[in-house]
Amino acid sequence: MATRNFGAPIRRNEDKRLLTGQALFVDDVELPGMVHAAFLRSNVAHAAIRSIDVAAARARDGVVAVYTAADLGAYWAPGPLLVPPPPIAGSIFNQRTQVPLAKDKVRHVGEPLAVVLAQSRYLAEDALADIVVELDPLPAVVDLEAALADDSTRVHEDVRGNLAALVRQTRGNYAAARARADHVIGRRFHYDHGASSPIETRGIVANWDARADQLTVWDTTQAPVFLRNGLAAMLGLSERQVRVIAPFVGGGFGPKIMLFYPEEVVIPWAARKLNRPIKWIEDRLEHFFATTQERGQTHDAEIALTHDGRILGIKDTFLHDTGAYNPYGLTVPINSQCTLLGPYVVPSYDSTFTAVFTNKPIVTPYRGAGRQHGVFVMERLLDIAARELKLDRAEIRRRNFIPPDAFPYNNEIIYQDFAPLSYDSGNYGPVLDKALDMIGYERFLAEEQPRLRAQGRHVGIGIACYVEGTGIGPYEGAKVQVQANGKVSLATGIGTQGQGHFTSFAQIVADQLGVEVTDVDVVTGDTDQFYWGAGTFASRGAVVAGNAVNEAAKVVRQKILKLAAEHFECAEEDLEIANGRVSVVGVPGQAVSLGALALKANPMRGAVRPGTEPGLESTQYFGPPGGATASGAHAMIVEIDPQTFTLHVRKYVVVHDCGTVINPLILAGQIHGGVAQGIGNAFYEQLVFDDNGQLLNASLADYLVPTALEVPHIEVGHTVTPSPLNPLGIKGAGEAGAIPVGPLFAQAIEDALGLPQRNIELNEIPLSPNRLFELTTKSR
Amino acid sequence: MSGRSVATDADNAETHDVTVTVNGTPYRRKVEARLLLSDFLRHDLTLAGTHVGCEHGACGACTVIFDGAAVRSCLMFAAQADGHAVMTVEGLAPDREHLHPLQEAMRECHGLQCGYCTPGILMTMKAFLDETPQPDEAQIREALSGNLCRCTGYQHIIEAMALAAERLRK
Repeated sequence: MATRNFGAPIRRNEDKRLLTGQALFVDDVELPGMVHAAFLRSNVAHAAIRSIDVAAARARDGVVAVYTAADLGAYWAPGPLLVPPPPIAGSIFNQRTQVPLAKDKVRHVGEPLAVVLAQSRYLAEDALADIVVELDPLPAVVDLEAALADDSTRVHEDVRGNLAALVRQTRGNYAAARARADHVIGRRFHYDHGASSPIETRGIVANWDARADQLTVWDTTQAPVFLRNGLAAMLGLSERQVRVIAPFVGGGFGPKIMLFYPEEVVIPWAARKLNRPIKWIEDRLEHFFATTQERGQTHDAEIALTHDGRILGIKDTFLHDTGAYNPYGLTVPINSQCTLLGPYVVPSYDSTFTAVFTNKPIVTPYRGAGRQHGVFVMERLLDIAARELKLDRAEIRRRNFIPPDAFPYNNEIIYQDFAPLSYDSGNYGPVLDKALDMIGYERFLAEEQPRLRAQGRHVGIGIACYVEGTGIGPYEGAKVQVQANGKVSLATGIGTQGQGHFTSFAQIVADQLGVEVTDVDVVTGDTDQFYWGAGTFASRGAVVAGNAVNEAAKVVRQKILKLAAEHFECAEEDLEIANGRVSVVGVPGQAVSLGALALKANPMRGAVRPGTEPGLESTQYFGPPGGATASGAHAMIVEIDPQTFTLHVRKYVVVHDCGTVINPLILAGQIHGGVAQGIGNAFYEQLVFDDNGQLLNASLADYLVPTALEVPHIEVGHTVTPSPLNPLGIKGAGEAGAIPVGPLFAQAIEDALGLPQRNIELNEIPLSPNRLFELTTKSR
Repeated sequence: MSGRSVATDADNAETHDVTVTVNGTPYRRKVEARLLLSDFLRHDLTLAGTHVGCEHGACGACTVIFDGAAVRSCLMFAAQADGHAVMTVEGLAPDREHLHPLQEAMRECHGLQCGYCTPGILMTMKAFLDETPQPDEAQIREALSGNLCRCTGYQHIIEAMALAAERLRK
C-alpha cells in the first residue's frame, strides 16, 4: 500500500461546503407544508402535575395541534436503557428512564409537558403561553449526600434513598496494602463537569411519506442507526420504513449520542399522525435543561505509598449525580472508576460508587465521559504525595508508570465496554519526558520561576498524565464503491460532527485505490446509504470505522486488480494502480481507468462466470477485540494576578500518543478543541443550581464558554505506540485534550500562588477567580 | 394572561414592507414586525448559511455584514434592514469555483471542524480585516472573542486569519 496520503496533513474535503454556507444542517431542511414545534417545559424541578389545559392553545389561529402525555396513549413509554450495566458482581442498578411527555409528575426543570405544532415557530411559542398548567411543587432533591438519606424526598417514589446504582470493584487487597504502607494520604475531592454547549443545539425534522410508507428523520444525532432502529420499534414499522439522516452536525461532544430524547419520540409520531413534516429546533435556553450534561462527583479517596513514593494501593468512595433519570446506565461513573488508575501501577484498588437520582437534568457522557473526574483524583493524590514525601512531581509519576514491557496490561477490573480494563500498548516515560522538555520544566523551576518571583510575579508550573480508553466496540462498517466516472464513493454508518471523517476516511481509500483524496466522496450518517453501525462516541470513529474503511478498500483493490488482469490478460503482479488508472508496469500506453473498469464490472448483456458479483464494491466490518488505550501528558506555565485572581496561561504543552496518525492537522484540531473545553471546565464553566434545582446561569452570557482570549496557544507533540488491536495501529484522540486539564490547573495555580506553603490545597474543579479568592482568604 | 395574548396578537399582525439588498441582490418582502433578521435570511430568503446558535447575541454564529459593519442578525428585526445592504457567507466567494482568501486560509489552516460557527466567524473577520489589514495576534484574538467556537480551540482560526490578512494585503 502506498502511503502518500495516510499520515499527511491533508486539507479537508468537507470544508468548501461548510465555508460557503452550502452544508446542510438539520435546521436548513425546508419541506412544503412543514409545521413547527415548541415544547412547554416545567419551570420547577419537582412537582406533581395536577392538570394541563391546552384548550386555549388549540384554539389559537395557526395552531395545528397540541399534545400532552394523555394524547400519546399506548405510545407513551419510558425510553430504552441505552447501555446496560456491566456484569459486575454485587452491583445494584435501578433503571429509571426519561419519558416523552411528563405524566403525573415532573422531575427536573425543562422536562416537557406538552408540545404545540403551529404554522411557524413564532406562533407555536405564542401558543405555549395559552397552556394552563397546575403543578403542586415538591421539595427538590439537589444535594447528593442528603438525597441518600432514607427519609429524603424521592425523585422516583419507589426508589428509597434515591439510589440509582451502587458498584464496587476491587483489585488485590487494599487493607493489606494500607497496613504495610509507609505513608497514607486521604482527601475529599469534588469534580464538576458542565454542559457540552455545541454551537448548534439539537434539532429534528420528521417527514412521513404516506405514498412511500416511509418516515424520514433528519436529526442532530451521533447515532443515526440506533435512532432508526428504535424509531421503527416504537412506531411499529420495519427498519426499512425509517430513514434517519444525520447531516452536518454542529458539534456533538457526547450529549447528541443520547437517545431517545423526548423530542425524538414525539416529533416523528406527530409527523405520522398529522401526515405533515414537522421541525423542532432546540433554543439555547432549552439546551441547558433539555440536553443531557455532565455534573459533579464527590470522592473520598486514600492512597497508600512506600516511603519512596511507590503506590501500594488506592481506596476511593464516590457519589455520582446522575440527574432525574439514568438512560445511559453506568458509563460515566464506570469511566471515572477505571480511568482513575491512569498510566500507573496500582497493585490494590478498592473503589465503590453510588449514583444518585436528583431533580436535575439527565447526566450522560460529555467529552471525557467521567474520565476527568477519576484523573483529577489520581493526579491530585500524586501531587499531595510528592509534596509530603518531598519528591519531584514528575518523578513520582515516572516511578509509578506501567513499564513498557508490561503490555498488554490488565487492571483486573471491568471497563465501560463490559471487557476487562486492559491496556493494549503504551510507553509512558517518553511521553512525560517530551512534555517536560517542551515546557522547559527543569529550567522553569531552577531559573525562570525564582527570577519572576523575585519580581513579585506569581507564576507556577503543572504537569499531569492520563490514559484514555478509546476505540471500543462493538463494530462499524464501510462500503466502498468505484463509480463509473472514476470517483470512489464511501459510506459508513457513523455520523460526523466535525471530526474530519470526509477526509481521514478518504485518505485511507485514496491510498488503497490510487485516487486523489478529493475524488473519494464520503457519506456518513444516512441509514439508507449504510445500514449498520453503532455511532460516533468514545473516540472510536477513526479506530473502528477507519479500519472498516481500510478493509473494504483492500477488497475493492483486489477486485480492481483481478478485473484489470483479465482485461490485459496479464498477471496481477504486473499491474499498478495510481492516478485513477490501472497500468501494466513497463508497458507504456497499457492503462485503463477505474471508471472504465467499473463499467466493465457491470455488464449490460452477455453471460458472466458463476459466482461473479457486479461492480467494484465491497462492504466490510471491523470490530476490535478491545479498546485501544491512548495516553498523554499536559504541562502548563501559568501566571495569576494575586489581586483579581485572573489567570494567564503563559505556555501550554500537550504530548499525546494515539498510535498511528491518519492526519496530523485533524489530530491537532481535536487536541486544541479538547484542551479548550478542558480549560472551560477547569476555570470558567459551571452549572450553578440553587436549592430548588433551578439552574441560575442558563445562557451563554452567564455560562462562560472560553473565547479566543481565554484559550492559549497550544503546542502539540507526539509519540507513536501503535495499537496491536487493529491493522492500522490507530488509537482514538477525540477526548484526550479535555481529560487532564482540571488537575493541571489545580497544580499550576497552587504552585503560582505558593499555596502549599500556606497549607491550602485546590481539591475541587471548576475553579474561578471568585473561588480562588474564597479558598485563599478563608484559610488566611 | 388573555389580555397579554390579545396585545401580542395585535403586534404580530403588524407587518412591514422590507426592501433589502443581500449579497448584491435586491429583495422585497412583507414581514411580521417581530421577525428576526436571522430568521428572515435563513427561512424567507433561504440563505441558510447564516447560522443561529443562541438567539441572545452571545455566540456570534449569526453574524452578517450590515452596511459594512459586522452585526448579530439574531439581535435585529428584519424590518430594520429596510433600505440597507446585507452580506452573508453566501456572498463571500467570488464565484462557485473560487473561495475568498479568508475561506481559502481557513481551509488551509484547518480553521473549522463542525463548521457551524464558521459563517459568523468569516463575516466578523471580513469586517475586521477590512478595517485592520495588518493585525497582530492579540488584535485577531480580540476581534475573534465575540464568536464562540466549541471545536477548534481557536488556534487554527487565528493562524488562518493571519495568513488571510497577509494575502489580502498583496
